[in-house]
Formats: sequence, C-alpha cells, structure tokens
Amino acid sequence: MTTTGTELRRITEGNHGVARLTPAPDAPGTFLGMPKFPKAVKKELELSVQRKNMRNATTTIRNKRALRVSESPDWEDLRDAATAIKNRVARHLDYYLEEAEKNLQANGVHVHWARDGEEANRIVAEIAKAKGVDEVVKIKSITTQETDLNEYLEEENIACWETDLAELIVQLGHDRPSHIVVPAIHRNRAEVREIFLREMKNYGRPAPTDVTSNPPELANAARLHLREKFLRAKMAVSGGNFVCADTGSLVIVESEGNGRMCLTLPETLVSLVGIEKIIPKFDDLEVFLKLLPRSATGERMNPYNSVWSGVTEGNDGPQEQHIIFMDNGRTDVLADKIGREVLRCIRCASCINVCPVYERAGGHAYGSVYPGPIGITLTPQLRGVDDPVDRAMPYACSLCAACNEVCPVKIPFTDIILHLRNRVADAEKAEKISKDPEVAVEKVLMKTAGWIFGDAKRFEAVQLGTRGAGKLLHGKPLGPIPVPVADRWLRYRDVDALPTDTFRSWWKKNREDGK
Amino acid sequence: MSTIQDSTARAEILARIRRATTDVTDKNPETDTPINWTYGTGIDMEDVVGTFVEKVIDYSATVVRVKKADVPKAVVDGLKATGADKSAVVPPGLDPSWIKAIKAAGIEVRIDDPQLSHTELDNTDAVVTAASSAVADTGTIVLTHVADQGRRAISLVPDRHICVVRASQVVSDVGEAMQAVKPAVHEGHPLTWISGGSATSDIELSRVDGVHGPRQLYVVVVDDQ
Repeated sequence: MTTTGTELRRITEGNHGVARLTPAPDAPGTFLGMPKFPKAVKKELELSVQRKNMRNATTTIRNKRALRVSESPDWEDLRDAATAIKNRVARHLDYYLEEAEKNLQANGVHVHWARDGEEANRIVAEIAKAKGVDEVVKIKSITTQETDLNEYLEEENIACWETDLAELIVQLGHDRPSHIVVPAIHRNRAEVREIFLREMKNYGRPAPTDVTSNPPELANAARLHLREKFLRAKMAVSGGNFVCADTGSLVIVESEGNGRMCLTLPETLVSLVGIEKIIPKFDDLEVFLKLLPRSATGERMNPYNSVWSGVTEGNDGPQEQHIIFMDNGRTDVLADKIGREVLRCIRCASCINVCPVYERAGGHAYGSVYPGPIGITLTPQLRGVDDPVDRAMPYACSLCAACNEVCPVKIPFTDIILHLRNRVADAEKAEKISKDPEVAVEKVLMKTAGWIFGDAKRFEAVQLGTRGAGKLLHGKPLGPIPVPVADRWLRYRDVDALPTDTFRSWWKKNREDGK
Repeated sequence: MSTIQDSTARAEILARIRRATTDVTDKNPETDTPINWTYGTGIDMEDVVGTFVEKVIDYSATVVRVKKADVPKAVVDGLKATGADKSAVVPPGLDPSWIKAIKAAGIEVRIDDPQLSHTELDNTDAVVTAASSAVADTGTIVLTHVADQGRRAISLVPDRHICVVRASQVVSDVGEAMQAVKPAVHEGHPLTWISGGSATSDIELSRVDGVHGPRQLYVVVVDDQ
C-alpha cells in the first residue's frame, strides 16, 4: 500500500510567493484585522453556493440530532447532570487541576501550564525541537486553532499536518474552518475534489487522477494521502475532549480513526487542553458519552472514543507524553458570574446548527474560530471587548433562543448575549465615544421608545400618529426611506406595514362588552 | 525544559482561578455543587444481545451469532468474507484454538510478539481480537487492550477487524460498560470504544464508512450464556 513515499518540501504555488512547508491560509495570520460581523457578513451572504451548502448541511444535522435525542428517555436528566458536573469543576477549578496534574504525573505525563496561546505554542515548538522532528501530525483541535498553532510551527520550520478530513480540506484549500465540528461545512463535494486534485500533489501523495466527487472516493484519497504521514510521524499534537482528574486520563472522541492513528503510532504526544476540560471522575464520562455524540453528529455513539491514562506499558502508544493546561482568557470568563456558564461547553456545536444567523452567514463572518451562539458568547469573553470585531459579536444574534433549548449543558446563551451587549455598551460609554453610528442611532431610538412606553398617555398619542401614517401608506410595508436617521436603521431591518388601526380601538370595537 | 517558566505560569493561573472564584464559599465540591445522577445503571430492555446486534448492523458492520464451539470457524469465515485471504495479525493472548483454525485455513498468522512494525501492520490484511465489554443501546464494543486484544496499533492499522464478543459481556447502556472496564483503567490500560467501522460525515454531512481505521468491522457474538 505504501509506496516509496514523498518527502517534506517547500512549496511556493498558491502560497503568496512564500516557500512554505504547509499551505498558507488565504487570510494571512489570525482572524484579527478582519472586518467586524456586519461588514464581513455582506460578502459571505453573496456566496450563493456557500449558502446552499450551509442550508443543506445544517438541516441534515438538525434533523439527525432531533431523532437521536428523541430516542433517549432521560435526556433532560442527563442535561441537568452534565450541567452540575461542569459547574462543580468550574467552581473548584484550582482543586481539580491540581488533582489532574498529580494523577497525570503519576501516569508518566509531563504537565505544562500556559497563560496564553503564545506560551502554549512555544511549549509545543520546544518539545518538537527537543525531539528533533520537522513535522507533526495533528488531531482536529479547536484549541490549537485558537492559538494558531499551525502558523506558529510553520514559522519555526515545522510542518503541522491536519489529519481530520474536514481540517485537511480546510488546510489544503488555503482556507479557515467555519464550524467547530465540521470545519469544511461550507464546501461541497465538487469543491473538495478540485482542492484535492490541485493541492495534494504539492504536500504529499497526490490524489488519484481519476478521483470523482463521490464522497467515498474523496475519503479514500484522504486515506491514501495521510497514511504515509501517519506511518512516518514521530510526534503528534492533540486537543482533548475531557480530562478525568481522578484517574489522570485523557479522552478523545472522534469518527475517522485519524485520532487513533495520532494517539497510537508516534513516539511523542503533546495534548493542548483548555483548563475547563477537566471532569472530576472517570465515572462522569458516562454522562458526556451519552450526550455528546447525539448532540454533535446525531449518532448514538461516534465511531471511536479513545481513553488513555498516560504512558501505557508494553510499548503501546507514545512513550513520551505531554499535556499543556492553557488559560488564554478562560480565567477572565470564570471571573464573570454570568458569563462563566459558557465554560460548561463541550464543543458539540448543536447551538451552531440551530442558529438562523449562522445558517445564513456561515462561520467565517464572525472573526473567530468559534462561530454561532457559542462563538459570540465565548470569544468576546476570552479576548475582551476592546476590538470592533469582538464588540460586534454579541449583536450577531436575533435572540430567538433556539440555542438555549438544544444545549446539552444548558448554557443560557441569550442571557449571556444580553449581558455582553451591556458590557460593550458600558465600554463604549466609558470611552465617551460611540464608534458605531448604527449603534448610536439605535440607542437614541431605544431611549425614546422607553420614554413612550413609560406612560399610557404618551403611548396613545403615538398610536394615533402611527394609525394616521398607516392610513396614508395604505398598508404598504416600510421600505428604505430617505429620512437621515431612519434609513440607517431600516437598511438592516424589514418592517411590517403600519397598521391602520390600533389594537386598543380594535379591542373596543370587537371584543369588549361580551361581543 | 522551560521548568522555571512553567512553575510561574502554574502559580499565576491557579492564583487567577482563586481570584475568579472568591464567590464560592463552600470549599467542598460535593456539597457545594451536588450532582443528581445515579451512575452505572442500565436500561430496561427485553433482549440486550439482540438489541446490540441490531444497533451494530445499523452502522453497516457485519454481525454473526454462533455457539462457543463454532467460534474458530466463525473467525475464519469473517476473514474470508472481508477479503482477508493472506494474513492476519493477532494479539499474543488470543485463544489458541482460533489461531489454529486460521492457520489451517491457509491464512498466515502474525503474532504481535515481537511487535510488528507500522509498515508490517499496514501490509497485513486483518486483525482478530476479543473484546472486554459491549453496549446494546449504542452498538458499541469496548477494548481494554489486555492480552486477548493486544496493543492499540494492531486493531487500527490493518483494514479489517474481526472482533469476538461474548454475549455475557454485552450490557444495556454506557454506564454499565464504564463500570465493567473501570478496573482495567485503574490498572493503566487504555480504552478504545468502537461503534461500527471508521466513518466520516465531513463532506456535505453524508456518512462515508471507512476512512483511516479498519474499513470493515466483522463482529462474532458468542452465545455463552
């Protein structure tokens, strides 16, 4: 099966003229510097193929999830238990981290701590250099996307290969992930085929020249392309779905077997995990293994779960293991008594899959590796609300609250979103500037509305006015009108036709006095 | 490596956590945040083994049910049915009667002692293992990688996995299986939970069976009860 194999080399084609080991993402560097959501989304909404791909994919996964959840008789009890377990960990995080550290060390794992992404990346690079490797294989990990590890390692002359199929599509496509479970959700099969044919030959075993856009054939092309990388890899990088504090075990939940390859074949393994990924006991896994697969991919159980407790005797798997506990803003989240509930997240993406804003906008417009409801509640807390991109995020929401209903750990997304909007407003107030004219106008309108609703007489007076306007417009909907203030507001909103009668007078005529 | 830096980071992160949680006054996690869940219970089902078989088939894997005496033959049938006619790797602790039957069928048996290299595993048609537990509700097999299951790599790299599960090992739900394999975890064994063959839904969320792990899973359920 494996032929002579290809070698690591530098490629300029498609990489903005730079000779690189791995494909360059088209937006260089991180998400920073990109436009904020309302501007970015305009470009995304014009991508009709992407919108169609997104609608198909999110509809499919929503229906699958709903079916599998309906099979589970104790779903609500499971949600409550998971919520309590994650709350317990967050409220006593120092205790559980120290317990996890002690038990991991007893299992032969080197434990590192990283205050931020830069420190985490540096530790990974130092280990790679100490082992003398020039390439690593990586299990899909959003945490390493958060730190932009691939680009950091590229700078250090170490190639970092994504091995999850969707991440491979994203990496070879010079792209960025747009979903936390299915990062290439915005791509269809024809696009994937084109990417594989164009790029695989530059970075390893080429795609078969006769490969069609049939998904099994594309999956086979990925199998062949990655197999030589798995077989020769000396070091792997993983994230971690859970860390059991009492047994010092790490857990990876996956589908394809690329995770098992990375966890089994290389000699050295480095796992980068956020400090909130701890669970108190091995027993607690029961609850999450029942909730996560059904929530994430709509399956009774995902194909593979790996649980390992450090170095296994008998040369089974990597004999040198490292874990990095990373903060990177998580302790700031923990300090916020309303916002901290988001730390319960188990990254299932069910909130993303039901979000009407996400379905239309796609994942790239948000400016974070975490899009959708989890993204707009987590990112501004991790990064703070100093940047316009982060300030815009809590507003990328219609407050429909569908996410609250599906979340397996009952994160009250809409409460946190309102709380964050407050934080943004306070921050802007403190700076005595309102950088965003739309927000400034909206504030004035809201204040005026508050004054009107605050008094019955004022309210009735305004109703008389709207009734008059409604009669004038003959029930036509309110389009963009050339009024200096209102046109900015109406540009983003469809307003129903103004009524020709008020509810109060309608009630008097039709319902009062027993009619 | 970066020991000094690490200890500063450690102290600083723990201090940040303590500052962030000053509102938590009860320092006992169990009384501060009670968890209302009974661990390790099962689901009422009429036919546990039958449900397991049905759910595994749902993942498009093959399942056969045999009597104990017929296991060696069933293993050979599984190898042939999946197209493994040349070679099979087996863990050192596999039942000798199964090994004997495979050899008798003209298929080369590669015992993983001394350990096969990655390339040798890649050039082996199939792997035959036993299992430690199985879950009916989710159609899952749990390996603890003890002597009759072998190290993790052997049940991963070859393209076909013939897995023998005893009916007495099948439990109704995830929690029961967790308790069944817990002693192995305390002894330091890793776990691999297998639900059907390797699969992906990464292209348009359409499920494709078979990516990096064994693309064919053939399960022999032994009626030993």
